[in-house]
Amino acid sequence: MCLALPMRVERLMTDELAVVELDGVRKTISLALVDDVKEGDYVIVHVGYALTRLDPDEAQKTLALFAELALALAPGAPQGLKERGV
Amino acid sequence: MDMPRKRRHAHALDVRHGLIDMNHGSGGRATAQLIEELFVRAFDNECLRRMDDHAHMALPPGKIVIATDGHVISPLFFPGGDIGSLSVHGTINDVAMAGAVPLYLTVGFILEEGFPLSDLKKIVDSMAAAAQAAQVRIVAGDTKVVERGKGDGIFITTTGVGVVDEALNIHADQAHPGDCVLVSGTMGDHGVAIMSLREHLTFDTDLVSDTAALHGLVAHMVRAAPEIHCLRDPTRGGLATTLNEIADLSCVGIRIWESAIPIRSEVKAACELLGLDPMYIANEGKLVAICPRERSQDLLEAMRAHPLGADAAIIGEVVADPHYFVEMETAFGGRRVVDWLMGDPLPRIC
Amino acid sequence: MKFIDEFRDGGLAQKLSRAIFAEVQPGKSYRFMEFCGGHTHAIARYGILDLLPPSVRLIHGPGCPVCVLPIGQIDIAMALAREHGVILCTYADVLRVPASHRESLLKVKASGADVLMVYSILDALQVARENPDREVVFFAIGFETTTPPTAAGIRAAADTGLANFSVFCSHVLTPSAIQSILESPDVRSLGAIDIDGFIGPSHVSIVIGSRPYEFFSEEYEKPVVIAGFEPLDVMQAVLMLVRQVNEGRYEVENEFQRAVTRLGNEKAQGLVAEVFELARAFEWRGLGVVPYSSLRIREHYGRFDAQRRFPLVYRTVADHKGCECGAILRGVKQPKDCRLFGSACVPENPMGSCMVSSEGACAAHYTYGRYRMARSDETSRSAVNS
Repeated sequence: MCLALPMRVERLMTDELAVVELDGVRKTISLALVDDVKEGDYVIVHVGYALTRLDPDEAQKTLALFAELALALAPGAPQGLKERGV
Repeated sequence: MDMPRKRRHAHALDVRHGLIDMNHGSGGRATAQLIEELFVRAFDNECLRRMDDHAHMALPPGKIVIATDGHVISPLFFPGGDIGSLSVHGTINDVAMAGAVPLYLTVGFILEEGFPLSDLKKIVDSMAAAAQAAQVRIVAGDTKVVERGKGDGIFITTTGVGVVDEALNIHADQAHPGDCVLVSGTMGDHGVAIMSLREHLTFDTDLVSDTAALHGLVAHMVRAAPEIHCLRDPTRGGLATTLNEIADLSCVGIRIWESAIPIRSEVKAACELLGLDPMYIANEGKLVAICPRERSQDLLEAMRAHPLGADAAIIGEVVADPHYFVEMETAFGGRRVVDWLMGDPLPRIC
Repeated sequence: MKFIDEFRDGGLAQKLSRAIFAEVQPGKSYRFMEFCGGHTHAIARYGILDLLPPSVRLIHGPGCPVCVLPIGQIDIAMALAREHGVILCTYADVLRVPASHRESLLKVKASGADVLMVYSILDALQVARENPDREVVFFAIGFETTTPPTAAGIRAAADTGLANFSVFCSHVLTPSAIQSILESPDVRSLGAIDIDGFIGPSHVSIVIGSRPYEFFSEEYEKPVVIAGFEPLDVMQAVLMLVRQVNEGRYEVENEFQRAVTRLGNEKAQGLVAEVFELARAFEWRGLGVVPYSSLRIREHYGRFDAQRRFPLVYRTVADHKGCECGAILRGVKQPKDCRLFGSACVPENPMGSCMVSSEGACAAHYTYGRYRMARSDETSRSAVNS
């Protein structure tokens, strides 16, 4: 049940519809399941509907978490992560 | 006998509003008019003007190469081409994949009663333009008409004849461990362009089909590296299917690197949206080449110097493998097998 | 592709891999079940297993709604198209599933019935508007991710007074699936559950939030980490689960912070509650009858319920006797334990649901797994010979 992907809201239309875009591919979808979506927001699209707004701050935090792990890992220092409370 | 023929028909074909009817297939006057005013006029050459049921020609030296294709594509018209240009390019390419120079084509039409003459003219003109650009002559043909409901508008069968240098030995069973695998450009363009038109899957894209005649590129390639082992165009079933076919026929394994395969970002995005894998999507203007490792750089440069090979890349290598697996190193760092296609690639939701 | 490519970065993958290798402890079991088609797919497509230590085992649970759809439901869909002459709109995933008498929706379509593949219920509504003299039925399958779109579609049909449209509802619920696995006798072998943690589904969780999993982690004392659908998300979730196991914790953690909150999408939940209610029982393929595990359309929207609109009879159809899909869906058997696997049951001739869907454990194993087996045979052979 999981084929969904983040797409950028390009243009809001009437009837709770919007045009979303990903790398030059556009589709018209429904915003009936979400509130307060603005042009430029990213939404997760599944079977023609936006399921939620994607939070770009949280996305950056998650990516930073991956990168932080990378920094914490010195060769032969596996316990470094626990000490950092990550 | 070069006297101009007097027009024998009372009224010219109404190509704007006319429809194909059963008379056009009966072999009588209506058929003759269709052939003269539509086909011969468009494909115009000495052979056709004689209006024989066959064509004579002398062939240059070398081995004769023949290939045939049936074309049933729907929709008939798509961004970048139509069933006409597709059929001409497709058969030219089949002949070219032997390393051959394509010279002549034959065309068989099966038309459905009610098919608009305006569409037929567009298709025929498109075929004429494609053949002319490729310097290939359409020298023989046939036309039949089936009752309404018994055909999908139009089916086209093309057969191509060419000649290949005796010194070349390009076959699908010639790949050897150590060889390099190359592609001539971006994968998945045609299939995604077609899918974007499919009803109820509509998405908007600027993607066009990549349909093209590849024999010019091939001629360039065999000049630079006559030691090429395999050439194949990854049409139905895409790159994955072609690589599996070669691995199977040559009794080898193939290893490819995902990050080396050129794919347009729009194609990637469309495949993400529909849950499709670009490896299995049809291409109509691209080829896969397998050559000895020591020739691969020369071959790559030759391909990139040609307009149809500007995005060419080395994407992998041939290895010894008793299972004949095609294995891909993902951009993520893991490995997966690229198996044969099971049925039509259908979009999925999960 | 923004918010996609960054979560597929190979460099970060290597580093996460090293972190996981560094943290797994010898002698400890790390058997994690995922029940999300997107995760099954990501694991296979990116070769994630190559980046994990051998002590981490990823088990495919019932995350594929096509795999758990009982044959009887597909028979009804086929009957709607063939005998009742409706235009049946369906997602492509179901088209090839073999039902009774080796029939499928694809074959029914080939025989002339109107079976249309659509991307969304919105397309089905469009078909209904364009064909006012035909009955149009939308075959609604899926877990909680797909249910809100169906609810929105039914509401839209009601708001516009569409008279020729209805939905054949086969929506099922994820927590019920998890519970039935945890309660099933073969999973509770010897009183212990042989699963050490769960990777929570990505998109189902967007809708239902992380809260519904708290019951499971408390009741069964198993950690749950909700993961995004990209490969880095999956690996990060594995790392978080390894840590919970090492530390003896069993909490619900959310790796998919960019899209999942504790309460989920309440607007979508509200819409679902307005249009649907719990059905008393639903027969899951492979899992048997599970109470209160599926939805049916409320009386108020009854005219959009295909089961009220058409005389439909549900008949239980058993799987082939040798089919082990049930045990495989519960994670207690592997594809190679099924005597039909690879011989009578292959992707081009699937006997059971696990082989039909590309997310099914058997299809995934057939395509990607036997290749791994061949490789490991070679490795052990060369180890023996050297």
